[in-house]
Amino acid sequence: MKKLLIIGRKDLTLAFRDRTALLLMLLAPFLLTLGLGFVTGRLSGGSSSGLGSIPVILVNQDGGQLGNALVTVFRSPDLASLVTPSDAADPAAARQQVDADKAAAAIIIPAGFTGSIIPAAGAAAGALPAGEVVRIELYTNPTRPTSVGVITSILDEFMGQVEVGRVGGQVAVTQLVGRGLIKPQDAAAVGAALGARQAGANGAAAAITLKSTVSGSAAASFDPLAYMAPAMALMFLMFTATNGGRTLLTERNQGTLPRLLISPTSSAQVLGGKTTGIYFTGVAQMAILILASALLFQLRWGAPFAVLILILAAVAGATGWGMLITALARTPGQVSTIGSAITLTFGILGGSFISTESMPVWYQALSKITPNAWALDGFTTLALGGGLTNILVPVAALLIMGAILFTVAVVIMNRRGLMQP
Amino acid sequence: MPSILEVHDLTKNYGDFAAVKSISFAIQEGEIFSLLGPNGAGKTTTISVLSTLYAPTGGDARIAGHSVTQDPMAVRQVIGVVPQELALYDDLSARENLAFWGQMYNLGGKALKARVAEVLEQIGLTEKADQRVKTYSGGMKRRVNIGVGLLHRPRLLFMDEPTVGIDPQSRRAILDSVKALNGQGMTVLYTTHYMEEAQELSDRVGIIDHGELIALGTQAELTRQVGESDTLVLHFSEGENPQAIADLITAMRGVEGVLKTDVTDHSASVIAVQAEEILAPAITLANERGIRIRSVDIQEPNLEAVFLHLTGRALRD
Repeated sequence: MKKLLIIGRKDLTLAFRDRTALLLMLLAPFLLTLGLGFVTGRLSGGSSSGLGSIPVILVNQDGGQLGNALVTVFRSPDLASLVTPSDAADPAAARQQVDADKAAAAIIIPAGFTGSIIPAAGAAAGALPAGEVVRIELYTNPTRPTSVGVITSILDEFMGQVEVGRVGGQVAVTQLVGRGLIKPQDAAAVGAALGARQAGANGAAAAITLKSTVSGSAAASFDPLAYMAPAMALMFLMFTATNGGRTLLTERNQGTLPRLLISPTSSAQVLGGKTTGIYFTGVAQMAILILASALLFQLRWGAPFAVLILILAAVAGATGWGMLITALARTPGQVSTIGSAITLTFGILGGSFISTESMPVWYQALSKITPNAWALDGFTTLALGGGLTNILVPVAALLIMGAILFTVAVVIMNRRGLMQP
Repeated sequence: MPSILEVHDLTKNYGDFAAVKSISFAIQEGEIFSLLGPNGAGKTTTISVLSTLYAPTGGDARIAGHSVTQDPMAVRQVIGVVPQELALYDDLSARENLAFWGQMYNLGGKALKARVAEVLEQIGLTEKADQRVKTYSGGMKRRVNIGVGLLHRPRLLFMDEPTVGIDPQSRRAILDSVKALNGQGMTVLYTTHYMEEAQELSDRVGIIDHGELIALGTQAELTRQVGESDTLVLHFSEGENPQAIADLITAMRGVEGVLKTDVTDHSASVIAVQAEEILAPAITLANERGIRIRSVDIQEPNLEAVFLHLTGRALRD
């Protein structure tokens, strides 16, 4: 294990002393992000977003104040460019639409949703509704994780406001009764008034709109750079991975690999060390790009720990590809050529330039062979406010991808005697 | 002295090509043993097999009691290797290179740091230790290449043509360092196609050609094989007709006292009982053919003559 780390550290040092590699690892993705930032208006004061017109179906069976408020939120001018809502009466039909990839998600607001939170005026004593809150159903399309992330974020924001209002109202009524400021028999009426106010009655609809929230609402103001910055970083991560693999063949040619193999170091340690080197370099590259964009563009990447986990997983996936390409190539030049082609192809296929969600289903399915697509889903989810639990699928997919590709690469290398001089 | 290296019927084939053909020899602890032979004779392949880089096709070798086929890891702890080609990281400094390779030989901590400083001193690069290797001259790189092989104080050091392609000053420094290392008790297996290096350094010499060990012994033992004969070396001008030179050498074979002849581009070697006695006929025959002899060397019995005697070819062929 110690030798793996020593070889890995050596390769990391060499990678960061290679000016050409540095240009492609750090400068190129940074400049492309910057350029795309201007193109999309993010850095020039415009408001164009990388995502737009996300189709969402609203099934409002509630018809109460809160249900209507939620529909109003999705139809608000603030979200007009981001989501394209449509109405449906039947939940089953809405789910079918999602299954058929006609929409990114269906939001089904069941009957009684408002009533389960706000007591009806003149209700019996006890002030607030008894029993469980009726839950809104969010039926999502797994092939559109980024869009789903946006919808989920808007919905979470709304529900957060409702929950604040509900609990706040409950506490307020309890306090008022406890201090004798209102009579117990008036609690229901007061609670209803509070709830109605919170729900948007009396012209107070703004109280639960996203625009009015203190946080500025991540969902409503989705930052296009939150998509572009990881997209570019991931595209050039593939360059780092293939370039790292290339060094294995370069070392073979320059005689350092044979020299390693006649030291008291096993070929498995050498291969593991080289892989560790690619991994270290990829993690360093991603970390630098993320920190730089966070500092220079004030880009919010999301929960730091979850971002770290996603970086580690994304680099594992990319490293697997780097090793596989190295195993299949015969010369360092071939690795460079194939690596450049793969970097660009994966960039396009994985959504680095155009979100795959606007592409056909087969394209979206194909994009999943790239670490770019999985990692981009994860980074977008995190940027939209998601946490570690929301990115478990992409993280698992990337780790599995890395493990499988590495194993296949080792088998091919052994068959070809690549770890022989 | 016990043997630190014992080679038994070692064979290495690459497909149908036999690079090393059933060679056997032993090296005593503390000696400098040279494998002398022309390019492509099998020297590097022999070292590659002995250093566990390649598995032999047949036979085996034991180094400090460890089999190269059965226990390669133990062998690697005992040996140091200075490969013919530079095997360094150009973008690391000499100090960083040595530290990295030291760690590959399980050195670490203060011991590694001290040993790196010691080796830098030994190869005369202390002052430039922190410059990247890519900024070094060819000779300096060679010295770092040798330094890497010394880091873990190997009992047996393989040096594969370490002076190829370097300036005379660096070559001198390397030969002196080989002697110094041997003086400190290190056993050295040195390969070269330079007869002078083998003569200067070696306690014993093995002559290898076409993968076969064709002679083995001390220099005195080997030169005895050619008897008391001398070698007359004729050097011609570059513009001379090769066909005329070949004709001259054919004619020389008929001169009394000539034992063997060999010709290269612009020189010819003639082994004779008494070189002085064939000098006059050689000049006469050259004049008859209009060949201008630029210079003449008369060499007493040496390894070059031994090789010529054994193979009918000059060592530099």
